[in-house]
Amino acid sequence: MSEADRWGISRRDFLRTAGTLGISGALLGAYAGQAHGHNGEDHGADVAQAATGHDTSHGGNSTVGNVDTSRFDPTAFLRDFYRGEERREGGRTVREYELTAEEAEIEVAPGVMYPAWAYNGQVPGPTLRAVEGDRVRVVFKNKDAHPHTIHFHGFHPANMDGVFELVGPGQEFVYEFDAEPFGMHLYHCHTSPLRKHIEKGLYGAFIIDPKEGRPGADEIVMVMNGFDTNFDASNEVYAVNSVAFHYQKNPIEIKLGELIRAYVVNVLEFDFINSFHTHANFFDYYPTGTKLEPSEYTDTKVFGQGERGIMEFRYHFPGTFMFHAHVSEFAELGWMGLFEVKE
Amino acid sequence: MGKNERGPGWVLLGLVPLLGLGVLLAFIVLNGAGVDRTDRPPIEDLSVQRVALPTEYEFVLSVRNGGPEPVTLSQIVVNDAIWDFEAEPSSTIPRLGSATVTIPYSWVEGEAYEIVLITSNGTTFDAEVPVALLTPGFSGETFFRYALIGTYVGVIPVALGLLWYPFLRRLGSSGMNFVLALTVGLLAFLVIDTLEEAIESATELPGVFSGIPLVILVVLLTLLGLLGVGRAFRRGREEASRLGTSYRIALGIGLHNLGEGLAIGAAFALGEAALGVFLVVGFTLHNITEGVGIAAPILRERPRLAHFLWLALLGGGPAILGTWIGGFAYSNLLAAVFLAVGAGAILQVIYEVTRLLLRDSDRTKTPVLSGANLGGLTAGIAIMYATALLVSV
Repeated sequence: MSEADRWGISRRDFLRTAGTLGISGALLGAYAGQAHGHNGEDHGADVAQAATGHDTSHGGNSTVGNVDTSRFDPTAFLRDFYRGEERREGGRTVREYELTAEEAEIEVAPGVMYPAWAYNGQVPGPTLRAVEGDRVRVVFKNKDAHPHTIHFHGFHPANMDGVFELVGPGQEFVYEFDAEPFGMHLYHCHTSPLRKHIEKGLYGAFIIDPKEGRPGADEIVMVMNGFDTNFDASNEVYAVNSVAFHYQKNPIEIKLGELIRAYVVNVLEFDFINSFHTHANFFDYYPTGTKLEPSEYTDTKVFGQGERGIMEFRYHFPGTFMFHAHVSEFAELGWMGLFEVKE
Repeated sequence: MGKNERGPGWVLLGLVPLLGLGVLLAFIVLNGAGVDRTDRPPIEDLSVQRVALPTEYEFVLSVRNGGPEPVTLSQIVVNDAIWDFEAEPSSTIPRLGSATVTIPYSWVEGEAYEIVLITSNGTTFDAEVPVALLTPGFSGETFFRYALIGTYVGVIPVALGLLWYPFLRRLGSSGMNFVLALTVGLLAFLVIDTLEEAIESATELPGVFSGIPLVILVVLLTLLGLLGVGRAFRRGREEASRLGTSYRIALGIGLHNLGEGLAIGAAFALGEAALGVFLVVGFTLHNITEGVGIAAPILRERPRLAHFLWLALLGGGPAILGTWIGGFAYSNLLAAVFLAVGAGAILQVIYEVTRLLLRDSDRTKTPVLSGANLGGLTAGIAIMYATALLVSV
């Protein structure tokens, strides 16, 4: 309880009191003035020192310490695509993937551990990638103590939807379907309670490339997520690819003028919208990646839960450029990063 | 060995249970008590004892770990933004240990801030800055100013109250009884008020300190201790000296005023300067009647003038001490203990003054609950209640 509460005074009351009594209190008014005057002298110098004393670009708005990236490295995750084991069966390509649901303690900010449920021990799960028309076969094992499933966004038969066929602890299930339609999709657990099974970390990106392919580019995956570390049904930490401020501390290196293709998906729980904003640049936006023509040329895109798309852009100047959620709160709670554009 | 002999063997007998306890503890430490669980997250209990704003660009938090295990403070969030910080001596705080956390942050004067501490297992603990204003630092000048405030709310009103002494002396017997009963009324109000504040401070304490039992037991021990001391001083004499009673009233009231000083000092420390002005005026009015209470038992005597000075100092001076402590080193634990001692001391003087009234009614063969006595009691409570409105807005 605050000292103001102790005296049964609301903040508004206090401010009003301050306004009316502040002047009349000759002794105390003079006193407050002196306190300011005294500290005012060296204030400027100290602020300058405080600003340069920290290596963060937003004057202290960052985490303290570093995350152990030996278990999960968001930088490696960016360009890590799981194309499965590829083989030809009956004249077509079959891709076989293995996903295992298990418990994992993940570090979502330096020193802050979160008891996650994870596909293959990582949050987000591996980025699955196939080509339109491939046969996709996902061998799913559940090593966790709770039932789980995998629900893929895309076309598939009812019994491959990962909703009604719960996979119990120790059980195994094989999802098999054709990779359709092409685009930027996602997969996640669909066991009830649904929100819990998603917020605990059971999700990942699922990219289906068009048959004819897309132009060559430096491709990266960004899964916008958040973590409710104290289980109060709101997120304490926000990020892309799970680690708050990771790309602020480890900027994403890209080449000047090279086409960058970012596969972006919002899997945030509790908050209804998320957003993505690039500094000093605009991007072509392909909603859900299901068309080959962009729908928009912009620098800020709002995402609902489960919404995703593809962004294409090039940087015209070298240097360090910020990208972040334009929901400032999320940005300051970890969803902020940097591109380092090199010649 | 005789039955009543207290030789070395007797000492050993006293040690037997302790030896057994040692064996049991060793066994539990080595083998566990059979109730250990490794699958549960650690229990964490951090409390922010104080948030100071020593400069325009930092918050300084005093954080205490009241939980059974060490807690690591991993991140800090200020108004929904993860923020840089430094923890001294370490961000891992041992059981019952504390840390000073410095957050470089250019706060805006007059705005409110919410500071969230995130521990290593994601648990959060909150602290609040209701109104961001500079926290007065420790300097000769602030020291003097706090002393001045303490004098305004403590020494001066009590001394002014004592100045009613010559006026009160000319009252008749029933008038004097009215004043004594009024004193009981004042004190009854004060004891409840003090107890309430003690309990408020106690509830802010981490659970391990058992705040509420601590307050209640300190009140009881103080009461019994002072009663015992009073008896010892009286020795052969049947009645406590009335001057002695006045001194004990002054002491009890002094401890109460110490509590008020703590609150005022803490209000200033939290930057609630204007609130402080209001409190100073309120407490000055509130405390002026305390002088009457101190003077009441000695209306029939003629103590030397020096006694009045000492009584005023004893009754009002602790307010200065309280303002210093509250302003520079506020601690809920200290506050709870001081206030509990104050409540115990006031209870004891209520007992003493009531005895004076009882003896008087015995002597004069008048009913204790006479109109004058009842009126005095009611007036005392009413005066305190009315003036308390000034300090609780």
